Amino acid sequence: MSIAEAAPVVRGGPAISAREWRMLLVSVLILLAAACVPLVVGGYALQVSISIVMYAAFATSWLLFSGPTNYIALCTAAFFGIGMYVTAAGVDLVPYPVLILASGVAGAILAAIVGLATLRVSGIYFVIFSLGLAELVRQCMTWGQHVFGTMSGLYVTVDRSEPMYYWQLLALTAVIFLVGWWIGRSRLGFALRIIGNDEVVAVHCGINTARAKVVLFIISSTFASIIGALVAPRWGYVEPVVAFNPFLSFQVVIMALLGGTHRLWGPLLGVIPFTLLWELISIEFPDQTTLLLGLCFLLIVYAIPNGFTGLIEDVWQRRKGGVAPGARNA
Amino acid sequence: MITKAAGTPAICSSGNRNRSIKSDMDIVIIGLLLGGTYALMAMGLQLQYGVARIMNLANGEVLIAGAFGAFWFFLGTKASPLWSLLFVVPCAFGLNWAIYRVLIVPLVRRSKSQGKLEVDSILATFGLSFFFIGIMVAAFGAQYTDYSYLSEPVFIFGQRYGLNRVVSFGASVILCAALYLWLHKTRAGLALRAVSVNPSAAGLVSINVINASALAFALGGAVTAAGGVLLSMYLTFDASYGVVFTLKALIIVILGGVGDIRGTIVAAFVLGLAETAVATLIDPGLTLAAAYVLFMLVLLVRPQGLFGRRVA
Repeated sequence: MSIAEAAPVVRGGPAISAREWRMLLVSVLILLAAACVPLVVGGYALQVSISIVMYAAFATSWLLFSGPTNYIALCTAAFFGIGMYVTAAGVDLVPYPVLILASGVAGAILAAIVGLATLRVSGIYFVIFSLGLAELVRQCMTWGQHVFGTMSGLYVTVDRSEPMYYWQLLALTAVIFLVGWWIGRSRLGFALRIIGNDEVVAVHCGINTARAKVVLFIISSTFASIIGALVAPRWGYVEPVVAFNPFLSFQVVIMALLGGTHRLWGPLLGVIPFTLLWELISIEFPDQTTLLLGLCFLLIVYAIPNGFTGLIEDVWQRRKGGVAPGARNA
Repeated sequence: MITKAAGTPAICSSGNRNRSIKSDMDIVIIGLLLGGTYALMAMGLQLQYGVARIMNLANGEVLIAGAFGAFWFFLGTKASPLWSLLFVVPCAFGLNWAIYRVLIVPLVRRSKSQGKLEVDSILATFGLSFFFIGIMVAAFGAQYTDYSYLSEPVFIFGQRYGLNRVVSFGASVILCAALYLWLHKTRAGLALRAVSVNPSAAGLVSINVINASALAFALGGAVTAAGGVLLSMYLTFDASYGVVFTLKALIIVILGGVGDIRGTIVAAFVLGLAETAVATLIDPGLTLAAAYVLFMLVLLVRPQGLFGRRVA
């Protein structure tokens, strides 16, 4: 029995409170401010801004699934690469907006297969499966191109200006936030919080845990594929080794962890400092990037396990002198 | 291309009249030879995951480090890479013991539940794996690496095979047997098996679970590194290729059943055969896909593994 049948009373979720309206207003103001960035800056600063928005979209969509369930997904690169490839393969055949949709659908199908195979069984199998997923898809893609005799690389020619990329990714980030907010208020989000806290309890409450997890994984992965479709024209040329680079999965996880996985806006706090740090590292130590990022990752896991949001909430609680209800589990 | 080397015969038997039968036999023998070395590598992970209960995603990097150790030794001395086991194994043992003591024990202390520990140790070892890749790239460079040792033919059932594969298989069988006997005939091995079955009950019969886990983790790392030395004798590798071996070892352990050494050995041969069959019959670039197909089958049909017990 699913939670939908178990609790039909709360269908629409709770009414939007005054506090939520305020949050929404603040979010819209931040969004508007962020949208003005390409009008003010250009060149290198704009490139870095595009990276920041792209990673914000990645990390937030990663959080949609891995935040509440505590299942670490290590496969962002696989879905990103799928999105890029769908776009590259169809760019001369169908209009670009259709390709963005098609990328999302392709990502959703792959996520459904992976989710149905692994999420019914145990979290650890999901992590293992996700670890090699990018490499698996890359091998299959390379093989497919070999069999069909196409070139290993594909050109993507869609005319877009740099500010346009920025706005597209920003809009997608806003959509991801809205979806995340909506999930948090819905029964699905409620079910996921129970699953994240104790899966046995969730099963005993009559929650169809496998279905909830698969649905969320599909949503999260669809967004990663769409990012691939949005970014592909900017790269211009797509080939398997670049599109399925496992480093991306690593970066997304590290940024989300740095920000904190307990809050929807947590990854934002991680993405901005980390993207800037990453730019600095890749300029100053271009040969030691893997080593230094591995080190950063370990530092974050050991020194700030709850991320910046965890730190902020700790300080907040200490100042108030009490325990905020549900601060840890939300 | 590295994937090409991962399952293709070292010496192809081209120009034979009875091609199909010969190549079937090829697949079986090369698959078994490969499976033997996989068994050693997966037993390392089995000790780390089955006994110490740490999902070590940096396992493959330790294997590659062992391979680089053998490569470096062979270039320097021109002696048999098997001798490099004498320093690779103790180094890997020490390194993994230190990893457990310094990185994992704080996580064990910090985490309130097994689930939290699992998440934390996955994250920590995932970060560690990139750290190791960085060190190996700095030390040996990012290019594909291999060396030529004993690449002369040996005849089995009238077919030619690389002598390095056969020697590697033999060494792996000896090491596996030694490990199996140690686990089943000594007191320390008994303690490790007890921890594997139930850590809290093992604590009740005065086994120091932290020490036993540290020993299992360190020994696991040493065995994996030994697997790396043996694989390096006939495979091409590079610094970032460890994740593929981590995956293969994980899939073997799950296929065989967590905590079951016999299952691990059988599963290693299954994977070796499946990979070689896919590499020979379809495409050498699809070896990981073969491993994933096996993984999918296990998940769908028998999630507890071939020999595993269903968890109550």
